[in-house]
Amino acid sequence: MYRYDETDRALVTQRVEQFRDQTRRYLAGEISEDEFRHLRLRNGLYQQRFAPMLRISVPYGLLESAQLRRMAHVVRKYDKGYGHFTTRQNIQLNWPKLEQVPDLLAELAEVQLHGIQACGNDTRNITSDYLAGVAADEHTDPRPYAELLRQYVTLHPEFYWLPRKFKFGFTGATVDRAATRTNDVAVHLVRRADGAIGYRFFVGGGLGRLPMLGQEMNPFVPEADLLSYACAVLRTFNRFGRRDNIHKARIKIVLREWGIERFRAAIEEEFAKIKASVEGEELLLAPEDIERMRGHFTSPAYEPAAQAGADVAGIAARDAGFAAWVKRNVRAHKVPGYRVVFVSLKAPDHVPGDCTAEQFEALADISDTHSFGELRSTYDQNLVLADVAERDLHTVWRKLDAVRLATPNIGLVTDIVACPGLDFCSLANAGSIGVAQDIYRRFDTLDAQYEIGAIRVTISGCMNGCGHHSVGHIGILGVDKHGEEWYQVTLGGAPGNDAAIGERIGRALARDEIAEGVERLIHTYLGLRVDEDETFVECYRRVGMAPFKARLYLNEPEAEAA
Amino acid sequence: MTAILRDGAIAADDWLVIEDDRTEAASAGGKVIVTLARWRAERQELLAAHSAVGVLVPNTADIEAVYPEIADRALIALQFPTFTDGRALSQAVVLRKRLRYRGELRAVGDIIRDLVFWLGRCGFDSIVPRKDQNLEGCRAALDEITVAYQAAADEHTPVWVRRRGVVAAAR
Repeated sequence: MYRYDETDRALVTQRVEQFRDQTRRYLAGEISEDEFRHLRLRNGLYQQRFAPMLRISVPYGLLESAQLRRMAHVVRKYDKGYGHFTTRQNIQLNWPKLEQVPDLLAELAEVQLHGIQACGNDTRNITSDYLAGVAADEHTDPRPYAELLRQYVTLHPEFYWLPRKFKFGFTGATVDRAATRTNDVAVHLVRRADGAIGYRFFVGGGLGRLPMLGQEMNPFVPEADLLSYACAVLRTFNRFGRRDNIHKARIKIVLREWGIERFRAAIEEEFAKIKASVEGEELLLAPEDIERMRGHFTSPAYEPAAQAGADVAGIAARDAGFAAWVKRNVRAHKVPGYRVVFVSLKAPDHVPGDCTAEQFEALADISDTHSFGELRSTYDQNLVLADVAERDLHTVWRKLDAVRLATPNIGLVTDIVACPGLDFCSLANAGSIGVAQDIYRRFDTLDAQYEIGAIRVTISGCMNGCGHHSVGHIGILGVDKHGEEWYQVTLGGAPGNDAAIGERIGRALARDEIAEGVERLIHTYLGLRVDEDETFVECYRRVGMAPFKARLYLNEPEAEAA
Repeated sequence: MTAILRDGAIAADDWLVIEDDRTEAASAGGKVIVTLARWRAERQELLAAHSAVGVLVPNTADIEAVYPEIADRALIALQFPTFTDGRALSQAVVLRKRLRYRGELRAVGDIIRDLVFWLGRCGFDSIVPRKDQNLEGCRAALDEITVAYQAAADEHTPVWVRRRGVVAAAR
C-alpha cells in the first residue's frame, strides 16, 4: 500500500482548502455556474439528477481497512448510508450536499482518499490489475509504476485543462484483468529476454460514442522513460485533441482522423524532443526511484503453507453452501496455503456495486483479521480479499455471508456490470439498475447460472458507456425513443486479452422485452455450444450473429430478411 | 494603464495591444503587442515606430516552428479563448523549458482567478485577468498550493528526485 509522506499529505490538504474557498465563492455568487462546474468536476463532484455525486478515486483499486472504516463513517454522516463501486475501481456517493463536500473531502484526506481529477477533462484515476502482487501469471507488479505515474499526472498544470477526460490502465500479467485497452492509454509492463523491464504502450482506446480499443504505439519503452512517454502522449493530445466538438474530443478521434502512422510519428517525435531536453532529465526515473516505490508494495508476511493451508476440498465436501462459494468466488494465489477471495457486490435485489456502511465496516474487520488489512476493488464492480489463508476460508465465508457479500456468482450471468443509470445520473437516457434486476431474476437459481457458465452482461444507461456495454459479451445500451426507455443489444464484446467491441444485433428492445431477450440469447447459446467448456462468447464468435438474431427476433420479418 | 499580475505582484501594465484592424498612431513610441500575422507583415515598420514590440501567438500555432521569428521579442503573449482551453499551457512549457525563452510570457484571454495557479506553474510571469476578476484574489491564487509532485516551468523539483536518498516509509 502506498503510504503518504509530507508532500502527499500537504498536497491533498491544501487541495481541500482550495476547493473549500472555491465552494464558498460559488455560494457567494462570485463564480458563475459554468466556471464552478469545471472546478468541482476536478474535485470529483458531478451534478446528478437529484443531488451532486461525489466520485472518490481509488488508485489502482487498492484500499485499506482504515479507509473502509472512514467510508462507513462518511456515507452515514454525509450520504444515505451506502456508496457505489464503479468500473474504474472508484467509489461514488450519490447524495452529498454541496456545502458539506469540503468537510467530507477533509475527512477523506485524513485517510489518503480524495476526489482530485475524478471527473473533468483531465487525467483520471489510474486503474490496474486487481490481482496485482498475488496472481500467478504476473511477471511484474504494475502498482509501483502506476503510483509513479499517478503522482506525475496529479495536479500537473500543463495537463489540467485537456480537451477531454484521459484514462490510463496498467497490467503486468499475462491475463489482462483491467480492460486496459478500453483506456486512452494502456501500459503493459513487459520483460525482454535479457531481463530488461519496459512498457508496451497502447494509445487511443475509449468507450462511449465510437468505442475503440487502444492501438500499439510502441512495443518497448524503456523502464526509465515511463513519465517521458506519458508526457509525450499527453502533450500531443493537449495540442491536437479537438476542442470544437465534445463528442469528438477524445484522443481516439485524433488517432482515427490521422491514421496510426501519422499519430505514432507525432508522439515519437515529441518523445524524442523531451528526451533531448532538460525535461527528459527531470522525467528520467532512476533505478532507485522505482526501487523505493516497490518498497510500498511488498508482499505481506505470509505464513508457511503448513500453518496457513487447509483441506479446502474436504471442508467443502461437507458444506454445500461453502462449496458453491469456493467454486465461484475463490481463486488460486501464487503463495501455497493462500487463496484470493472475491466479495460479490451482486446479491439478489441489490444494486450492482453498491456497498452499505455496515458492509464497509464488516469488510474492514474481515480484511484486518484475514487479509493483512487490505481490500481491492475490481473492474467488474466487485471486491477482492487478496491474501486469505486457506485455514480462514470457512470463517471468511460465514462473515461475508452474514452481510450478504458471499453470493457465489463471480463471472456468472448475475454478476452484471451496470452504471447508476436513469435512477441517478443526469446523462442517462434509460434505467440500468431495474434492467439488471430483471435479468438477475430470470437466472436466479444457481443451477441455471452454473449451467450457463462464464458470461459478461454489461449495461449502460447512455452512450457514455460507464457500464462498459461495448465490451460485454451481451452488452445493453439504454436509449431514449420519444420519452420511452429502449435498449440496444450488442454481442461479442470483451475487455481482456480477447478484447473486442460488441456488434449490434438489430432493433432495440423495449423495457418489457429486454430481460426476455437476454434469456433468448442465452438459450440460443445453450443449444449451440459444442460442450460445457465453450463459453457464450466463444460460441458466438464461432457461429456468428445469425442464429442469435433469428431467435431474438423470432416471428419478426426483419430477422428473417437479415 | 490597466493593472495586471507580473512576477507574482499586481503591477501597472505599459504594453498596448493593437488589434489587427487598427493602425495605432497614438501609441507611437510606446510598447505594443501585435498579432503574429501583423508581426510577419509589418515587422520593419513596427520596429521603427515603437520602442518595443511584443507578439501575440495563436494557441493553434506550432510554437517551435514560430519561435525563430519571435525569439528576440521582450514579450510573447499566448491566448486562452476560454479558460478551459489549455493548449497555450503546453506552448508555454515548451517555450520556457525546451526553447529557453527568458522574456516576459503573458497569458491573455478568458483568464479567471481559478486558472491563475496553473498559469504560474507553466511559466507565465505576466497574467492579464478577465476584467471582472478580483485582482487581489488572482494574486493570492498563485500560491494556493505550495507543494507539487512534478516540475512544470516553475521552481519545483520533481518529487521522485526529492525523495532520492530518503529511506522509504515502512509498510
